[in-house]
Amino acid sequence: MNSEQQYIDLFRQCRTMIDSHSAPVLNALREQAFQDFLQQGFPTQKVERYKYTDVPAAFAPDYGVNLNRLDIPVNPYEVFKCDVPNLSTSLYFMVNDAFYSKIQPAVALPEGMIVCSLHEAAQQYPELVARYYGKQARTGKDALNALNTMLAQDGLFVYVPRGVVAERTLQIVNILRSDVDLMVNRRVLIVLEDNAEARILFCDHAADDRSFLTTQIAEVYVGNNARLQLYELEETHVKNKRFGNLYVDQQADSNVSLNTITLHNGLTRNRSEVTLSGERAETNLYGCVIADKQQHVDHNTLIDHRVSHCTSNQLYKYVLDDQAVGAFAGRILVRENAQHTVSNERNANLCATKEARMYAQPMLEIYADDVKCSHGSTVGQLNEQALFYMQQRGISREEAQMLLRFAFAGEVIDCIAIDALRDRLHHLVEKRFRGELSRCSGCKICK
Amino acid sequence: MMLEIKDLHASINGKEILKGINLTVNPGEIHALMGQNGAGKSTLSNVLVGNPAYEVTSGSVTFNGKDLLAMKPEERAHEGLFLSFQQPVEIPGVSMVNFMRAAINAKRQYHGLEPMSAGDFLKMMREKRKIVELDSKLANRSVNEGFSGGEKKRNEIFQMAMLEPTLSILDETDSGLDVDALRIVAEGFNKLRTPETSALVITHYQRLLDYLKPDIVHVLLGGRIVKTGGPELALEIENKGFDWIKAELED
Repeated sequence: MNSEQQYIDLFRQCRTMIDSHSAPVLNALREQAFQDFLQQGFPTQKVERYKYTDVPAAFAPDYGVNLNRLDIPVNPYEVFKCDVPNLSTSLYFMVNDAFYSKIQPAVALPEGMIVCSLHEAAQQYPELVARYYGKQARTGKDALNALNTMLAQDGLFVYVPRGVVAERTLQIVNILRSDVDLMVNRRVLIVLEDNAEARILFCDHAADDRSFLTTQIAEVYVGNNARLQLYELEETHVKNKRFGNLYVDQQADSNVSLNTITLHNGLTRNRSEVTLSGERAETNLYGCVIADKQQHVDHNTLIDHRVSHCTSNQLYKYVLDDQAVGAFAGRILVRENAQHTVSNERNANLCATKEARMYAQPMLEIYADDVKCSHGSTVGQLNEQALFYMQQRGISREEAQMLLRFAFAGEVIDCIAIDALRDRLHHLVEKRFRGELSRCSGCKICK
Repeated sequence: MMLEIKDLHASINGKEILKGINLTVNPGEIHALMGQNGAGKSTLSNVLVGNPAYEVTSGSVTFNGKDLLAMKPEERAHEGLFLSFQQPVEIPGVSMVNFMRAAINAKRQYHGLEPMSAGDFLKMMREKRKIVELDSKLANRSVNEGFSGGEKKRNEIFQMAMLEPTLSILDETDSGLDVDALRIVAEGFNKLRTPETSALVITHYQRLLDYLKPDIVHVLLGGRIVKTGGPELALEIENKGFDWIKAELED
């Protein structure tokens, strides 16, 4: 019953080992995180934000944790073949929570830009990292933030200095690799200073047929007039559990778009929290979920409009088959002085079977009096009239269903701004619906 | 004969609409089906193409010697049956190109042919589009989405041109069309006619029949065909309505 105990024991027993393999900037927050975890424990489903995912159950099994930083032998370039042709990216790998630094992309980054291991960054640029690390993902308000901060030793650091434009998309491939069931606590810190621009694509893959439990806390800072496109593509397997908390803080005139695409997974809970701190900032959140069997995908969003003249837009679509469970809880908070806010939220879901379940909870809280906001959600089945129309033209019912599902999900994929990635995802989604993407397509072992 | 309907009874939601239809269509013939609202015209067309909302309770339909009622809707299409829908359905997110390619290739597969190459397919789209003066932009849009009423009906005839059916059912294809759209639709249909193709044209108005020149005109009343005649019957109905036919029946 007490899922917390093993993590508490682990921390108490291994504190010295954790610290010795980690940088002071990260170690500085551990004690407070531990106290916060002790106090909160895992959130039960009685906690509104965690209503749709059973966290204690997910954390109950005994997973190995690589606190001693043993080198896990892998050559990611052999394991992973890039799944997005015609997309020239600066390709990096994360193996579990560790940045793979043995091979670096041939094309140099723009002057001053940093892409490296968080561990390394915390040693080389301690002041820079300390300025941002743990500032948004506060441990007192979320037990998973606390747990991750207690245990995290490494992760990714991306820094784009003032005015620098990263022309090439950064592609970060997260590979889960282990010979035993493994827990991974990964940290991501992304900083775009004023007028900076970047596109970052995360691809989650599991390279071993093991149970994985990942907590990933990502903190993103977007300066004045900076632009960021963030893509997260999950193609793992049914034994993978992912808990991702993403925090974005946007300054004036900045623009962020976040696309989260879940093609294959076990259990996924993504919390995305965007704070619009500067006027005229715009944020766009898109989510596309395709789930079947007993897969579980839970998106929980908060857009916090703190100042006036900001725009936010959310579109999340789910296609659920078999006994899959989907959840979307999206909260828009328009604070008292956030006048002239424009905010839209739309969640549309297809339940293809009677057993598939969708929990939808669009939420809009407005404390300002001059705003334009909308929120809504639909859950439905495929349009029978459209199916018959297609059948009359000679398209089999099965193929017609495929075309309708593909079209339904396609609306979100169309929001991807990178042409090659968009085309590829249309292709992957089609393959996924045809059952040809049985696990993930990028890994050698899955082929 | 191409189509033979014998004593067909059908119902929707338990209510019997067709109460014993008998109708024979030979290759090359155009039959007009007239009648007041609720007479069963659209029910007949829906039953023929296999709309699952309708239930056939008795009777038989053979199409080119095969049992039509035993076939799935898509098989009926492959065998050469086409319905121009009274209300064409909008399908957001499915482009006309993908829709038509799926339809054409499904038919080719049914007849043991290889899928059409992308080049040949697009060429065919271009040629057939001209028949109903359909804008190239419409062909790249989602099926019927954002089309005007006239565009939707032209799109039906465009699909007919692509699929080359042997028996087409036009279910009030003229309804709501302006003068030019009606001419384009009717002329488009006539361009597709061959001595082997037949049609069943459901309409309330003579104007479409002026263009299509039916060989035989039937009047449907209360789920039965109560009168059959030549083209002059349609003119008579245009002038006098249906009451005189009802009166005839009562005598």
